[in-house]
Amino acid sequence: MLATGVVFFPLLGAIIAGLGGRLIGDRAAQLVTCGGMVLSAACAWGVLFGLGEEPYKIELLRWIHAGTFETDWTIRVDMLSAIMMFVVSTVSTLIHIYSIGYMHHDPSVPRFMSYLSLFTFFMLALVTADNFLQLFFGWEGVGLVSYLLIGFWYTRPSACAAAIKAFLVNRVGDVGFALGIAAVYLLFDSVEFDVVFARVPEFVGATLTVFGGDFDALTVICLLLFIGAMGKSAQLGLHTWLPDAMEGPTPVSALIHAATMVTAGVFLVARCSPLFEYAPTALAFVTFIGASTAFFAATVGLVQNDIKRVIAYSTCSQLGYMFFAAGVGAYPAAIFHLYTHAFFKALLFLGAGSVIHAMSDEQDMRKMGGIWRQVPITYTVMWIGSLALAGVPIFAGYYSKDLILESAYAAHSPFAGYAFWLGIAAAVMTALYSWRLLFMTFHGTPRASAEVMHHVHESPPIMTVPLIILAVGAVFAGILGLPMVEASGEFWHGAILMRHEPTIIEEAHHVPLVIKLLPLLADALGIGVAYLFYIARPELPGQLAARLQWLYRFLLNKWYFDELYDALFVRPAKALGTLLWQAGDVGLIDRFGPNGVAASALVVTRRAVRLQSGFVYHYAFAMLIGVALLVTWYLFRL
Amino acid sequence: MSEWPLLSLVIFLPLAGAGFIMLIRGEPAVVNQNARSVALWTASITFLLSLLIWVDFDPSRSDFQLVERAEWFTGFNINYHVGVDGISLFLVLLSTLTTLICILVSWESIQVRVKEYMVAFLVMETFMVGVFCALDIVLFYLFFEGILIPMFLIIGIWGGPRRIYSAFKFFLYTLLGSVLFLIAILAMYLQTGTTDIPSLMAAEFTPEMQIWLWLAMFASFAVKVPMWPFHTWLPDAHVEAPTAGSVVLAGVLLKLGGYGFLRFSLPMLPDASAYFTPFIYTLSIVAVIYTSLVALMQTDMKKLIAYSSVAHMGIVTIGIFTLNPLGIQGSIIQMLSHGLVSAALFMCVGVVYDRIHSREIASYGGLAERMPLYATTFMLFMLASVGLPATSGFVGEIMVLIGVFQVNSWVALFAASGMVLGAAYMLWLYRRVIFGALTKDSLARLGDLRPHEMAAFAPLVLLVLLMGLWPTLFLDPMAASVDHLLTQAQQTPVSQFAGR
Repeated sequence: MLATGVVFFPLLGAIIAGLGGRLIGDRAAQLVTCGGMVLSAACAWGVLFGLGEEPYKIELLRWIHAGTFETDWTIRVDMLSAIMMFVVSTVSTLIHIYSIGYMHHDPSVPRFMSYLSLFTFFMLALVTADNFLQLFFGWEGVGLVSYLLIGFWYTRPSACAAAIKAFLVNRVGDVGFALGIAAVYLLFDSVEFDVVFARVPEFVGATLTVFGGDFDALTVICLLLFIGAMGKSAQLGLHTWLPDAMEGPTPVSALIHAATMVTAGVFLVARCSPLFEYAPTALAFVTFIGASTAFFAATVGLVQNDIKRVIAYSTCSQLGYMFFAAGVGAYPAAIFHLYTHAFFKALLFLGAGSVIHAMSDEQDMRKMGGIWRQVPITYTVMWIGSLALAGVPIFAGYYSKDLILESAYAAHSPFAGYAFWLGIAAAVMTALYSWRLLFMTFHGTPRASAEVMHHVHESPPIMTVPLIILAVGAVFAGILGLPMVEASGEFWHGAILMRHEPTIIEEAHHVPLVIKLLPLLADALGIGVAYLFYIARPELPGQLAARLQWLYRFLLNKWYFDELYDALFVRPAKALGTLLWQAGDVGLIDRFGPNGVAASALVVTRRAVRLQSGFVYHYAFAMLIGVALLVTWYLFRL
Repeated sequence: MSEWPLLSLVIFLPLAGAGFIMLIRGEPAVVNQNARSVALWTASITFLLSLLIWVDFDPSRSDFQLVERAEWFTGFNINYHVGVDGISLFLVLLSTLTTLICILVSWESIQVRVKEYMVAFLVMETFMVGVFCALDIVLFYLFFEGILIPMFLIIGIWGGPRRIYSAFKFFLYTLLGSVLFLIAILAMYLQTGTTDIPSLMAAEFTPEMQIWLWLAMFASFAVKVPMWPFHTWLPDAHVEAPTAGSVVLAGVLLKLGGYGFLRFSLPMLPDASAYFTPFIYTLSIVAVIYTSLVALMQTDMKKLIAYSSVAHMGIVTIGIFTLNPLGIQGSIIQMLSHGLVSAALFMCVGVVYDRIHSREIASYGGLAERMPLYATTFMLFMLASVGLPATSGFVGEIMVLIGVFQVNSWVALFAASGMVLGAAYMLWLYRRVIFGALTKDSLARLGDLRPHEMAAFAPLVLLVLLMGLWPTLFLDPMAASVDHLLTQAQQTPVSQFAGR
């Protein structure tokens, strides 16, 4: 029953605050939603620590039944969903509390709190799903609420545009996911995880005739599902929505675009590990996309000036790491990184929010600098977050990120080498952009106006306490989470399948020492360059940008993906829409269809009767009589 | 209860109410108010009675229930014969609910010829309920065509400036189909000597004859759905119709085509249905993509929603012709869902149209500031139209999608692409009307939803969520009938078709 509480307390809070917000006021709405989240998190801790070896299910309600298609509302509790519930509800609770401080000026507090809780509900529904369709329910649900949250400040055109973009790009991925579910049903005659996963070995080598050809059934299914994951987790090609999503309030960025929603894709791959394990081609694709994203996003992160966008690209890049970990079969490493990342990335975003708060809503790092003395707590936690992100020893990211890189090195699958080297390159850049952020934001000479500098202040405790708790997480989550990635994979009790013996995690522990040290070297290099560029010789970056103008522009414009998509999809769709309407409906169908006839009919009737409402009566009456006569005539003629 | 002629009561009570309204005499203002009250009472009682049909309905049976039969054209084997099964049950309820909502919606917005207006709606209710209950094809035809008359009047009298053109277009399109449908009925009668629908379902027609009959029926149903390229009457009809006219058109009338395919084409003409399935798929896919793109570029809110209706009904026709339980039940859910959601969307347009008399998207912007309750309601239905989880649209769409994937993955892919386009035009519409800053002077003093508007929206909100969260409630009663339909639609061996 605890698990039911985990899922439904946030929903309860959302409903009360959402529908009754006007009646009960801001304070009560905050209390109700935060209270719901605290209860939910408490239940989640109970579920996690109370979970023995046996997974269990809680059946709630029959949902869709038609023919052999059967889905029910069921909460599935196994190690994977317990870990996810724990991460989601804990981080979300802290973000809820932080939001009380961050949003206290906003006129729509109940709406905001309600959305946050609703979002958390959908995310929890997603991770506790027992079948593909219920997972899709949560999946679409988080997409929906992220739309609402990104567009929260709906009077800003940029926020509205970003919200729509996020929704649509996600929808493209969702099409893949929906078709994937359909393919699962076609092959297995069920969409329940247990039934499907149990039958996977029967279908190794089976072919599915879809889209005009015979393809390996499991590969097709995994690729379709992965397209969904790419959309939600902002992987290369479907990543364009994530940076724009920074239009939402900062707690939203922390919740949705760091700790929870974007990790749904990684969760999906881990949940479907029994499928992916038998689809090596799909895994190779996952590795390739993940590694490419890790690299791509890091390069773009290097040149962004908006503090939140830097962190957004960093998220994109870290998700790439998680995916190529899954791609080489190290699913526990992917989930481990998901879990550590949730803490330190939420920390970084909320820290950035605290900076923005201090700087009178300024987000451009070029207008910051020299404020570290005024905001000591924020400054410290940002350091901790960055250390964890870069993967410096003892900090959380160190354990998970190194394991991912080692797994990639140890793996024998296609693109594993590609993933390893791009991963190392991305690690250098990760350190570089993280310290660039720290140095530009907190150090150097102040670049803000005197007015703004005068107002710089540390955030109130309602914001700093969650930051400190997250910082503790960013330090210790790695060590505490180590059982997740014990070599045998026993920890998961079957929730994640690693088919090969010895497991990839086992092999990762035995890579040469130099490989284990390489990520540290990468960090040192990145931090060193950042120091050189932004502390020692601040004129260097400008000179470099001037010399490598084309590269700088290429990166600054995010590899021109937006422009490409605009030219390929958005404008043609609009042009085609106008064309079909004007040329198709009006020009062709109407002209040769009804208008010709109608026009002549009108000419005739105009002569006969004046056009007034009375006319219509006559006409209808005549018609009724006509129909009756026609029927009668046919009947009695027989 | 079973001794009661419950179905006949539901069918003819509105007609009696209409007759009663006709008798009202007196001061114009008093007449108007009395006409409204009588109409509301009649529609409410009819709706409550129709709920009894659901109560009496036995979900385990696949045949027709609550059957009533009376001699009509003695000697010609044409009878008054009505009944419901799992397919028609909810369509009957949808009709009675929609009528009730239409009367609420028109409470203030209709001020001229109120008496006649209410009569038209009540007469239409009789026809709508009748058409879904009719078990004799002649009876069906009378109701089916009869609906045209009140609808024609509603557009033609209470419509917008181009109402005459629209009414004519609507009439011409449907007339074409009707004539062919009538010929098909006669041909079937000549062959079998009966117009009884259950008997006709059992009758066998040669493949050759099935093809012709199917095409004749298709002409009628395709216009009603409407399927591309027979859809151009719909945007015009919607734009010119008064709000309640649009509501009933989108809510119930568009379902007649889908119902026709389910009731006649599939069970009576199984071979031809199988033969023409690729044809239906093609038209439906074109409808989904073509009309979605066209909807994207509309500047008139009602037109946009009208085009979206065509796209959504494309999903329905795809689902019907999957010929598997998932697809067909999905398409019925999608029909019901579309009935609720698009009706509500037209009501959303009506709410602001009543206030500032413009349907142009460009006249609005930033309504969320002044009308938060309205914005929330609109949001819910916008999302349901897009097919988001927890709404009825999600259930219908995903069932059809998974259902059709079992048969043809390409069709599923194209239908799914409608998911993206559908989201694009709806979100964009919503953003331009509701979001943004409120800068226009004309909008500065808008008021939020009024009580009678809330009353009209409330049942739709509840049903859309109920159907999304607990669709079993609706799926279970239809399961047996759909299974039965599928056994009827089992085509005879394909070899008979080899010659074609």
